[in-house]
Amino acid sequence: MAEADNKFVVEIITPDRVFYKGEAAMIEFTTTEGEIGVYKNHVPTTVVLAPGIVTIHEGEGNKKAAVHAGFAEILNDKVTLLAEVAEWPEEIDVARAKAAEARATERIAQKADGLDVMRAELALKRALVRQNIVE
Amino acid sequence: MASMRDIKRRRTSISSTQQITKAMKLVSTVKLQKAKSHAESTTPYFNYMYNTVCSMLAKTKNIHHPYLQKREVGKKGVIVISSNRGLAGGYNSNVVKLIRDEEEITQDNSQLYCIGRKAMEGLVHRGYSVAMDESDVMEAPTYDDASRICKQLLESYAAGEISEIYLAYTHFKNTVVHEPKLLKLLPVELSEEEIAASGDSNVLMNFEPNPEEAIEMIIPKYVTSLVYGALIEAVASENGARMQAMDSATSNAEEMIENLTLSYNRARQGSITQELTEIIAGAEAIS
Repeated sequence: MAEADNKFVVEIITPDRVFYKGEAAMIEFTTTEGEIGVYKNHVPTTVVLAPGIVTIHEGEGNKKAAVHAGFAEILNDKVTLLAEVAEWPEEIDVARAKAAEARATERIAQKADGLDVMRAELALKRALVRQNIVE
Repeated sequence: MASMRDIKRRRTSISSTQQITKAMKLVSTVKLQKAKSHAESTTPYFNYMYNTVCSMLAKTKNIHHPYLQKREVGKKGVIVISSNRGLAGGYNSNVVKLIRDEEEITQDNSQLYCIGRKAMEGLVHRGYSVAMDESDVMEAPTYDDASRICKQLLESYAAGEISEIYLAYTHFKNTVVHEPKLLKLLPVELSEEEIAASGDSNVLMNFEPNPEEAIEMIIPKYVTSLVYGALIEAVASENGARMQAMDSATSNAEEMIENLTLSYNRARQGSITQELTEIIAGAEAIS
């Protein structure tokens, strides 16, 4: 198969901007069911995203971004990620992520009454993803 | 004819009003530019969200979920988006009128979720009940605000307090055209054409984890994105409406000043002529 044939369109869209639009040979991202990688001609699938790192393989180099919450529509020649929040590594404030991590860990450890454990865990996950991608 | 002093006083007062309206026009022009570019950058997300949900529903017939099914009991929840400040022409009253003219929504069968003080005041005055007031959001709406409001609404929806969710806002068509719009958010009802338009509906869509859970996750995001989009468009419309209103106020003031200047000069001329006549008459009487 020719090089151009195994590429498909990838779009990452957030409420405030079109975050990424381009062609890729493969894309990896995290869903609620685990990490998946998608090539061209994937079976049409809709998946729910979990906080994680998206890796776009453009052929020459890779692009990485942090994506939190949203969903993805996979069609055979197109993948659309509708993310609520998406960030390139250089946009992330590590100090803030660290502070958020500490806060979330503390909340989970305390197990205070009326604590939204799900929310605290999600916050913790987001903070970890942000730190991971910068490293 | 009014005296010279009266005319002069009126002219000064109008010209100071004109200065205010001119300043307000300039401010809302700048705000409009900002809001407009913001609205433009957010549009792709909503279009995709809408298309995705359409094609999703087209490809998954026969899924039973509370978000997709009609219910008869309970009130209708209406999200009303207007502004906190007046002096924007018909902007706020058009939203009020939209709700009042809608026969499906009456004072008794609805409760309002207001974002923006002006329309809320107008509707409360007409006997509608308000369940939530989030007017402060209107100052600088963010996605988090929209998500928080929607979460609350969806909880009431799930609990059966409200059976339908509507959204009333002003659609920003372009700088001069803004039209009030009423959308039905839940239950999601798409017309046959919309589903057909989303194309290749015979491709079978898979869902992970499973269709019910995927819809459970995606529909709230769909609702949130529509509300967020409406907030952003409403801000643009508000500033557009204010800019137009202030522009016409400024030009009306200019016209009034012109007319007053004319009658002031006439009055001045009249009084000079009168004085002259008196002096001449006096001089003739002496000689």
